[in-house]
Amino acid sequence: MTDAEPHPPVTVPGVHDVPDSRLVVEGRLRERLARDAQAQGVLDVAYRTVDTPVGELLVAATEAGVVRLAFAIEGFDSVLDTLARRVSPRVLRAPARLDRLVVELEEYLAGRRLAFDVPVDLRLTSGFRRQVVTRLPEIPYGSTASYAAVARSAGSPRAVRAVGTACATNPLPLVMPCHRVVRSDGAAGRYVGGPEAKVWLLGLERGR
Amino acid sequence: MLPFDVVVSLHGPAVLRMCRALVGASDAEDVWSETFVSALRAYADLQPGSNVEAWLVTIARRRAVDHLRAAGRRARPVATVPDAAAPAGADLADRLDLVSAVALLPPRQRECVVYHHLAGLPYAEVAEVVGGTEAAARRAASDGMRALRALLGAAPPARRDPSRFRTAVEEADHDRR
Repeated sequence: MTDAEPHPPVTVPGVHDVPDSRLVVEGRLRERLARDAQAQGVLDVAYRTVDTPVGELLVAATEAGVVRLAFAIEGFDSVLDTLARRVSPRVLRAPARLDRLVVELEEYLAGRRLAFDVPVDLRLTSGFRRQVVTRLPEIPYGSTASYAAVARSAGSPRAVRAVGTACATNPLPLVMPCHRVVRSDGAAGRYVGGPEAKVWLLGLERGR
Repeated sequence: MLPFDVVVSLHGPAVLRMCRALVGASDAEDVWSETFVSALRAYADLQPGSNVEAWLVTIARRRAVDHLRAAGRRARPVATVPDAAAPAGADLADRLDLVSAVALLPPRQRECVVYHHLAGLPYAEVAEVVGGTEAAARRAASDGMRALRALLGAAPPARRDPSRFRTAVEEADHDRR
C-alpha cells in the first residue's frame, strides 16, 4: 500500500460514547478473570485495597492466609512488586479472598473487635523478626509493651533494636499488632503506617 | 518479573481489541478471559526478558482458534444488512461494521492486520506468531488493509495511525449493540 495520499478516518456517525476497551478490562473483565483464576487454582496472591480511618490499605492473601497488609505511604506499586518477587508473580486484584479480613478490619477499626481471627501466612518474615511478630498478639488489646519488654519476652533482652526492626518490617500490621509496642518513656514511637496512625490506633484501643 | 496484575492493565485492552477482531464482539470477552487465565497459569515460567505482548498474542490466537473450532460451523460475523430505516444517503462505509469487515478478510490477512494494527506488534513478531517471513507478514497486512479499504469504501482505517483504527473498531463494535 502506498503512503502518499491522506485519507479521512473511518467514522461511524451518531456514536459518542464509545465503549473503551480499557474500561471494559478494568471493570467486568477483571472481575471475571479474578473469579476464573481462583476457580482454576492459578491465583497465588489475591489483593485489594480498602479505605479506612487510617488511610487506604492494601491487603493481600495467598491460599494459606493473609500475607501482607500495607499502608499507602509504603507505595502500593512497590508492595505489589515485592509480593511478585518474594511470593509469586501470579498476583491479581481479586477481592473475594479478602472479604473476611476486610469485615474484621472494619469491625476492629470501629472499636467492635478486639482481635483478628483470619489465617495468616507469615512467609514474608523470618528468623528473629518472625519470632517477634508471632508474639505480638500476646500484647492485649488496649495495652502496650515497650520494645525492651518485647525483647525480653522473645528471650533476647539485648535485642531491643532488632525488635524495632521486626516491628518496622512487620508484613501484617494491625493484624499482628506492632502498634502496641512503644518506647520505654511512654512515647508512641515510630510506625510503619506513620506515627499519626499509631497514635490513632492506641487511642482507639483505649476507648479514646 | 512484573506482578501479573500490571500485565493485565498494560496489555488487557489491546488483547481485547484483538479478540473482538478475531472472533467478533459477542465472543471476544470469553476468549479474552481464557487468554488471561492461560497466561496467568504459565506466567511464572515465562523467561525473564521475554516479549510479554507477543507472548499474549500467541496465547490469544490459540484461544481464538479453539473458540472458533468449538463453535463448529457457526457462521462468521458478517456485515450488517442496511435496513430500511437507515438514513438516506448514508453510504456503505457508514453502515458496514468494521469488525465484521475485518472478519471477512482471508484468515492470514486478518491475522496480520489484527496483530500489527490492533495489537501493535512489529512485523517481525507478527511473522513469529503466524509463521513465514517478516516480508510476507507485511505483505499480508498490506493486502488486508487494501481489502478493508475496498470493503469500507474510500475510507481506509488507520493509515499509519493504529490508534485511529482502534477507535474505529470500538465505535463499530458499539454501533453493533
